[in-house]
Amino acid sequence: MAQIFHRSTNVIARASIYGAVVFIAVLTIALYEIALSPWYTGQHMKLQQPVPFSHRHHAGELGIDCRYCHTSVENSSFAGVPPTQTCMSCHSQIWTNASMLEPVRTSYRDDTSLEWQRVNALPEFVYFDHSIHVSKGIGCTSCHGQIADMPLTQSAGTLYMSWCLDCHRAPEQNIRPTGEVFNPYYQQPSYTHPVQHEGVHYTDQVALGRKLMAEYKIQPLKTLQSCSTCHR
Amino acid sequence: MNEEKNSNHLAQARARLEGPDAPRFWQSVEELANTKLFRNFLENEFPANAESDRKTFSVDRREVLKLAAASAAIASMSACTKLPTEKIVPYAHPPEEIIPGRPLFYATSFPHHGVSTGVLVESHMGRPTKIEGNPEHPGSQGGTSVFMQASILDMYDPDRSQAVLHEGRVSTWADFTAAMGFIPTGARLRILTGTVTSPTLAWQIENLLKKFPQAKWHQWDPSGGQNVREGARLAFGRPVQTVYRFDQADVILSLDADFLVNGSGYVRHSRDFARRRDLAAGPSSRLNRLYVAESMLTSTGAVADHRLALRSSDIDDLVRRLAAAAGVAVPPSANASAKIPSGWVSTVLRDLNAHPGASIVVAGEHQPPLVHALAHAINEKLGNVGKTVIYTEPLEARPVDQLDSLGDLVGDLKSGQAELLLVLGGNPVYNAPADFEFESALHDAIAANTLKLFIHSGLYNDETSEYAHWHVPATHYLESWSDGRAYDGTVGILQPLIAPLYDSHSAHEMIALFTGDSGTSPHDMVRSYWQSQRPERGKAFEDFWETSLHDGLMARSALPAIAVPVRADFVSQGGSQTASDPNQLEVVFRPDPAVDDGEYANNGWLQETPRPITRFTWDNAALMSPATAEQHNLSSGSYVMLRLGGRTVQAGVFVVPGHADNSVTLHLGYGRRRSGQVGTGPGFNAYLLRTSRAPWIARGLEIESTGKTYSFATVQFQYTIDVAGHPADEESVNAFNRHRDLVRIATMEEFRKNPDFARNPELEPDQSIYPQIPYDSYRWGMSIDLNRCIGCNACLTACVAENNIATVGKDQVARGRMMHWIRIDTYFQGGLENPTAYFEPTPCMQCENAPCEYVCPVGATTHSSEGLNDMVYNRCVGTRYCSNNCPYKVRRFNFYLFSDYTTPSLYGVRNPNVTVRSRGVMEKCTYCVQRINAAKIRAEEENRTVRDGEIVTACQAACPTEAIIFGDINDPGSRVSRLKAQSRNYGLLEDLNTRPRTTYLARVLNPNPEMTG
Repeated sequence: MAQIFHRSTNVIARASIYGAVVFIAVLTIALYEIALSPWYTGQHMKLQQPVPFSHRHHAGELGIDCRYCHTSVENSSFAGVPPTQTCMSCHSQIWTNASMLEPVRTSYRDDTSLEWQRVNALPEFVYFDHSIHVSKGIGCTSCHGQIADMPLTQSAGTLYMSWCLDCHRAPEQNIRPTGEVFNPYYQQPSYTHPVQHEGVHYTDQVALGRKLMAEYKIQPLKTLQSCSTCHR
Repeated sequence: MNEEKNSNHLAQARARLEGPDAPRFWQSVEELANTKLFRNFLENEFPANAESDRKTFSVDRREVLKLAAASAAIASMSACTKLPTEKIVPYAHPPEEIIPGRPLFYATSFPHHGVSTGVLVESHMGRPTKIEGNPEHPGSQGGTSVFMQASILDMYDPDRSQAVLHEGRVSTWADFTAAMGFIPTGARLRILTGTVTSPTLAWQIENLLKKFPQAKWHQWDPSGGQNVREGARLAFGRPVQTVYRFDQADVILSLDADFLVNGSGYVRHSRDFARRRDLAAGPSSRLNRLYVAESMLTSTGAVADHRLALRSSDIDDLVRRLAAAAGVAVPPSANASAKIPSGWVSTVLRDLNAHPGASIVVAGEHQPPLVHALAHAINEKLGNVGKTVIYTEPLEARPVDQLDSLGDLVGDLKSGQAELLLVLGGNPVYNAPADFEFESALHDAIAANTLKLFIHSGLYNDETSEYAHWHVPATHYLESWSDGRAYDGTVGILQPLIAPLYDSHSAHEMIALFTGDSGTSPHDMVRSYWQSQRPERGKAFEDFWETSLHDGLMARSALPAIAVPVRADFVSQGGSQTASDPNQLEVVFRPDPAVDDGEYANNGWLQETPRPITRFTWDNAALMSPATAEQHNLSSGSYVMLRLGGRTVQAGVFVVPGHADNSVTLHLGYGRRRSGQVGTGPGFNAYLLRTSRAPWIARGLEIESTGKTYSFATVQFQYTIDVAGHPADEESVNAFNRHRDLVRIATMEEFRKNPDFARNPELEPDQSIYPQIPYDSYRWGMSIDLNRCIGCNACLTACVAENNIATVGKDQVARGRMMHWIRIDTYFQGGLENPTAYFEPTPCMQCENAPCEYVCPVGATTHSSEGLNDMVYNRCVGTRYCSNNCPYKVRRFNFYLFSDYTTPSLYGVRNPNVTVRSRGVMEKCTYCVQRINAAKIRAEEENRTVRDGEIVTACQAACPTEAIIFGDINDPGSRVSRLKAQSRNYGLLEDLNTRPRTTYLARVLNPNPEMTG
């Protein structure tokens, strides 16, 4: 009986088997990369805003406290995006004619809201609460990154569940004294920048973190990792 | 559901009850008869699914592989959705007090048949989402009812009337007000309202009547306290309001009165009653005793210590015998009843007499005036007046005989005397007595042009507005300023939680158009009225007003008690009696336990609330006893023609164990012709049989079978906990199950002898193969006191509102796909004729060894460190293994996209702190984890632990009888720990070693040892 396939088809068969493996591997890596890419996660993406508000200028150069605008951060789940009135408390005095601020003045005059593009978005089945984090020594920059250096606001993390859990599994890596929560230039303790807390100089974040976890009565780690802590 | 012939089910059920394997507790006739339908629901978690799958699918191996591949592909693709960019829209000028993300609570009042009850409304950024009771209000003391809980949905109802209509065409309020400007003051204006207790509205109407000398004010409330009012008028010669103090009563006799879920002050009645069912002191507690004589088995009848199934029309005989024995001069009834056991009356009277000044005889709202008058006379003889029964001036601004009042209006329409008709909030075309022929009178008057202008104001464009020249959308009570009186006369201010969603206007604004105050805002109308009434001036009034608004009531505004002696000759004034054939079939009309008189027909939450006892949804029925059904050769699901005095209506039959024989109960509020997407259609219109001569009870009903069948969506035999399981050896299991009762009961006497009756050491589980989980911080638990539960469904509706639970519709309910997270299991004990009923609210047990958790293949249901069985919707892939493994059947699956994602107005009613579930996701009770987390966050921020009572679950907050208590069982001092330490504490199916966190306190009845039979 004559062979149906020529010998050369063996090569094709082998190639397609190895090719399939390679293809699946490449596809998996590609999907993984896409899932972690800024395009997909929104991390480091600068969005078109009605006014090019600069945190670097306001929080950094001028040193305005975070809570001047984000008023409800200490007592609500939502940190609060300032009403136009807050902008105008200064901008009715300074830069009153700047064309860049025209949308703000229009909003104030017509009582219509400014519409900002959300930079840090969580899915609707996640219930994040700002107030508990800031009251337990998680600083603004812990999640929002070097906000005081951002001319245009961008998301500092992927906001993935794994990203949240990194800290919920090991809060001692990020916790800081509550007095430093709103300090945008806070640096974690090191030999060059020791952090003083209650008269003790800490040079190691883990040591400080453990001390603060006990002091702030941080919930047990298994509670921090229970599903209903964030999902309900 | 009528696959098999169910006519002989009753006979089978009876045989089973009389046989040797009679169950101690049973839930339905279907269960007793062990029908195929029942077995299907018992053995399959979701029988409709299993069954339909078998029928429509024949799947071979290749198909399975194809489907598996396709679903894997689709599932992975659906995981690839990129989050859309959202917008943040802050205020331009922020309102005071609002902190985004934190709710505010405002006090207002919920009006129901003219009686207002204080509520606190949760508001998220100006959007009301949830109703809670106002603990400071005398009408509720913090409790709520189904109607209060569900009323918020009405405000967001997309079917509400949204625009002013002129001759059916969309018009504007400005055009309407302009048109009203031409009405001369000599016009023969007729105003029809419901029962008005609002002092401001009444004052406005009186002003209008002064300005329009030819005008008349009529009132009509189809299911209000008409007979209560007329009964008082008969007894005292004047209308009075009766305030019952059930907390002071040791012995209560209810004459067909469902006083725990119906009538003025029912929420407070429940709370007061439950206080006297408390067993905190163990066997030395002193319980009250409740006797109920009633036709339909109601919530009140179910919690009675002695219940007599008696036709409503036989109550007359009962009350006359009792009154005569108590020393009231009253001739015996012309219609003597053979159904009253000898000795019943004398035993009850002895008990009442043994507690002078500490007993209550209360007559049902639908009993005729003479029964009410005799009840007043008996209370007077028993020395209860001023102690447990207090009389005050009436709540109504004008307490008129509403049947006469509506009759006058119809007469004026027919004679052409009514020139202008203004209907404020009623629907008389639908609910007026049939013999008034309101619809044709209205139609003819308009056709003949004697009625020149007909204006209707209402929440809906309904049967009545169809005829109106002008229809003006009315404001919902959460959108308007008004006031009203509570059951004891306390004045409550209604303040709006939100500006009207549509171009709607309140009754105050409608009346103001005629009195010439149309420029005044409703707020100013209410405020200036009270300014003119109160002694406070200037700053003092400001303070008074602010305090009243904040508290939701005007302090010390309850009506004072008055002394009114019963008239000597009231019996003869009550009219003569005619004897009727005792074998005639009786019909009793009652407001529906969920949609009331039809007002809430378009409320999906209420439609889907299983009615107490019958536990069907989306329907009303001809309710009758098993014997009556058999006598007429009917059974549940028969479709019959009901004939009364030449009027007919077709209805489905539903057999109710414990219903009085020879009596048929019809619930009003169904068969709506023009209601909305929800309310138009279901059920039949019982108003078609209801006449002004016999508005509540009539004799002479004829039933004729149509040969057709009707299916009800009842949950009574769904989610049945399979106590027996699948035994290997029937004998031993029967003996075993006797101790495995889901409800545990004892009489007070038995409880004194054996305080541990609810415990069963035999069943206490052995060691678990799973390691004991340590709970070092909180350990949440719940205790449900069966001695307090009245099965009113307030918890269920509150849960729906709090947890964004979807409505699924009648067809899906019938398939066993209802979504409620808590259900009120109802068990019966004894024969079909007069069984004792027990309510058992069943939420998730939050087991410590949860069977659901071990079987989830994707970790979507997990154990939290505090012992909650967390449900993670975003992980769930819908295998339904968890619910298959739940012995309590408390898990619910979204077979379709039940949540409404498309109707914008319904977004508003949702709780922003709870995920709205999508299709293909399992869900269940979470112990209101959003409330737990909120309280924990507050506590941690203040560096303390959560205080006992700080977390109140939605069901607990809603419960009028405080039957549900939640808390930390690691804290031995917490209320829930103390309840669980009581000897009555037991868990369901504890022998399975699930270690349920939700446990029950066994029910203890307090029967009269002297009562025989």
